[in-house]
Amino acid sequence: MNDDHVLVQVHGLKKHFPITRGILIQRQVGAVRAVDGVTFDIYRGETLGLVGESGCGKTTAGRTILQLYRPTAGQVIFDGADLIALKSEELRCMRRRMQMIFQDPYASLNSRMTIARIISEPLRVHKLASGEEQVERVQELLRLVHLNPRFINRYPHEFSGGQRQRIGVARALASNPEFIVCDEPISALDVSIQAQVVNLLEDLQDQLGLTYLFIAHDLSMVRHICDRVAVMYLGKLVELAKKDELYDHPAHPYTQALLSAVPVPDPAAERLRKRIILEGDVPSPADSPPGCHFNTRCPLATNVCSEEEPQLRDVGGGHFVACHRA
Amino acid sequence: MAVTEVTWEFFEEEVERPPLTPAQVAWRRFRRHKMAMAGVGLLIVIILYVTVGAFFYSEAEANRIDLSVTLSSPSRSFPFGTDGTGRDILARTIYGGQISVLIGLCAVIVSVTVGVLIGAISGYYGGFIDAILMRFTEAMFNIPQLFLLILLAKFFGGKIPSFKLLGRSFSGSVVVIIGVIGLTSWMYLARIVRANFLSLKEQEFVTAARCVGARNASIIFGHILPNSIAPIVVAATLGVANAIMSEAYVSFLGVGVQPPTATWGNMLDQAYHHLESEPWMWFFPGVLILLTVLGINFVGDGLRDALDPRALAEAE
Amino acid sequence: MAPLLEIRDLTTRFYTLDGVVHAVNGISYTLEEGETLGIVGESGCGKSVSVLSVMGLIPDPPGKIAAGQVLYRGQDLLRLDEAQIEHIRGKEIAMVFQDPMTSLNPVLTIGRQVIEPLIVHLGMGREEARLRVVELLEMVGIPQAADRYGDYPHQFSGGMRQRAMIAMALACDPSILIADEPTTALDVTIQAQIIDLVKDLRDRLGMAVIWITHDLGIIAGLAEKVVVMYAGFIVERGSVDDIYGDPRHPYTLALMKSLPRVDRSSGEKLATIPGLPPDLLGLPPGCPFTPRCEYAVERCRQENPRLEPVGPGHEIACWVDVTTGRER
Repeated sequence: MNDDHVLVQVHGLKKHFPITRGILIQRQVGAVRAVDGVTFDIYRGETLGLVGESGCGKTTAGRTILQLYRPTAGQVIFDGADLIALKSEELRCMRRRMQMIFQDPYASLNSRMTIARIISEPLRVHKLASGEEQVERVQELLRLVHLNPRFINRYPHEFSGGQRQRIGVARALASNPEFIVCDEPISALDVSIQAQVVNLLEDLQDQLGLTYLFIAHDLSMVRHICDRVAVMYLGKLVELAKKDELYDHPAHPYTQALLSAVPVPDPAAERLRKRIILEGDVPSPADSPPGCHFNTRCPLATNVCSEEEPQLRDVGGGHFVACHRA
Repeated sequence: MAVTEVTWEFFEEEVERPPLTPAQVAWRRFRRHKMAMAGVGLLIVIILYVTVGAFFYSEAEANRIDLSVTLSSPSRSFPFGTDGTGRDILARTIYGGQISVLIGLCAVIVSVTVGVLIGAISGYYGGFIDAILMRFTEAMFNIPQLFLLILLAKFFGGKIPSFKLLGRSFSGSVVVIIGVIGLTSWMYLARIVRANFLSLKEQEFVTAARCVGARNASIIFGHILPNSIAPIVVAATLGVANAIMSEAYVSFLGVGVQPPTATWGNMLDQAYHHLESEPWMWFFPGVLILLTVLGINFVGDGLRDALDPRALAEAE
Repeated sequence: MAPLLEIRDLTTRFYTLDGVVHAVNGISYTLEEGETLGIVGESGCGKSVSVLSVMGLIPDPPGKIAAGQVLYRGQDLLRLDEAQIEHIRGKEIAMVFQDPMTSLNPVLTIGRQVIEPLIVHLGMGREEARLRVVELLEMVGIPQAADRYGDYPHQFSGGMRQRAMIAMALACDPSILIADEPTTALDVTIQAQIIDLVKDLRDRLGMAVIWITHDLGIIAGLAEKVVVMYAGFIVERGSVDDIYGDPRHPYTLALMKSLPRVDRSSGEKLATIPGLPPDLLGLPPGCPFTPRCEYAVERCRQENPRLEPVGPGHEIACWVDVTTGRER
């Protein structure tokens, strides 16, 4: 699992999207603070889960780490290299080692390309194989994701959602990356297919020694596949811990509410549960509350919570919490 | 491993129906469009007329002046009659047709190339480049095309020498007309392509391509452009009709292709003083222009429906 | 006592260019007064189409209700004409849909939309109806309801819009509330709020609820009776304790085993259901789950089993006894 070798270091990462107004001259009047200062490490070989509800910034964080969005502030260090300082050509080469699996199996594959072209694109871009060798490598990748290599020249629309997701996985693996950001890879799939894809991802991790950042909102699935879990709310990291520690002893009031809201397929257990129901809606990331972003909905909020932003503190055993009341 | 075997087995069952490429889906839809198929038929007849017809009449015959038979009405020896200098109108419509169609096709090649390049670069890069290119496009839009055509045709008219191609000699004015029509009709397509690019570049498969490390050029031409083929094909098809008409206008005004090279347009010009007295002089080239443009428009309509992106979704 | 709603052998098909889609294939279930029924299944299993058939909302063409009866208080809704059905739809049987953004009219205010059933069905005067709307909006937990009467759907968040939809559905105090995946598009904490709201309203108003979802967790905490659907058929039916505690159909069993739990960690791989959901265009004879079933026997390929009891109030449609692995 983790051999204490850090593969990715994220430090104070921010991504703000400006809101502009004006006809001829655009003035910035505000910003959507999608990611507002996030710090964590990802260890080689682990699966780090990143969870949160809509607007928390988890998808933006994943894309900003891979430099698909350029960060507004902060640092991302991948195996010792500062990604933000790299020139565009160097960054392009670095992409060989870090890839992404996307959420929408329909939109993330170019419907005008055969799956052979889709999967072999990384091989061509990074000049890893050509001609006969390229075809063989694509077939090997298809076998790896349990798809029949016979259908190498078919188009994406001929496959089901789960199969297309596997094609996306094959494309992500083509360049032999070390790190893969899985951006809600199973949310768009049927329940009975989700387990197939999750098992595949786990097998591949064992076989190829991959490191995953697993972004998701399905907390039950995250508990199953991840080693450590980080919880985000309105652009900030509120808690980070090893999975059993987080799920059994959540320290942050938001995590507690989140976990209590997840239904369990067990009527007896459901009857006994005490739900923490949060009041109101999630504020907009364009207009986050001052101090601790969660203070407007937090059952434990006090005065200091709306004045001062809590920092991420270690409360023991690698369990980090950002809360004044924890 | 049990899962491997079973998954392959289902997979084979699943994809047993013959694969339909996007092109095949489009063709199926096109075939169902009766007007479009009629248009195709019409165009095939016209293409045959101007190509195969050339085996029955030589170019020399089309240009042969015979003052003894000027302005004669349609007869056995001259099925379409003769013009003011005794030239056979039938032969001239054949060779004139070749030029008119050639101008149509080549002008479209020019305008599509320019329009797609400008639209793609503008839409993909956005920002300052987009602003400049779009202002330029708008400026071009605001200049009346016919006016520009006439001006440029007059200016460049005599400057390019005649040349020989495929056994025919062409006057330099053909090249000028192609260039002028091509360079004044790209704007519409540029706007459409730009709009397409603006929306397509936000699609997830483009993000995926960037994530893989593809270069910008590869994304523009390899990923986004193939997804914008529909409006380009439709615009190109209808553009041929427009180009043929533009050539007709310009030649009718006397600043287009110069005689003795015949085009349908300059034949109409020559019929100007004989509108009532010798109607066969304008009737035959006029009808040919009409049929060609009509045929192209039907085909264009059919293509527009067939290439509708929803068509691909239906196949899924 | 006769059940409030009884569906008998409902069969709905869609006639498309590619062929006939057998969306719902002869399903039957009952709903008692004040009961909560959960219909579970994955996409394409026919759960939504079955309730749309009940409500008379299947577009014809291409859809057609080919057979069956839908008995509401003894009256067959399928035999009624459009005018008669309109008296029942929205008034006695109300529905809440999945995506509140597309099911609410974006150019009408929320107040205008919620007031509609009151005026149309109950014939209330404008002033009286307006007061009732504010009362309803408060009942569903929309803060400052009186002020928000004139707001448009886009000014509401997803959770608020869903609450407004529920207010609209409850306006005429229906006997049955049908909820078709109402929380699928919502965040989990908002989902908890909505489920809580529906439970509270159900207890207070005594209405029956049919809740459709693919999320087995929600049904466990909400329903009393459960119907499991697959490929347009009902494969298992019973009380919520039966379905979760003692699932007997191979599909239900496999589905339960493939779910990860938030309240405990397991070190093993998730059990998977191999293969893909069936193509409703060409259902083979026999049980539709056969290609993916680990208990399948020869008979399964040839004959489609009917629902038969395995316990009091607990039925399955299967030739095999999963406890012994042998044919029943």
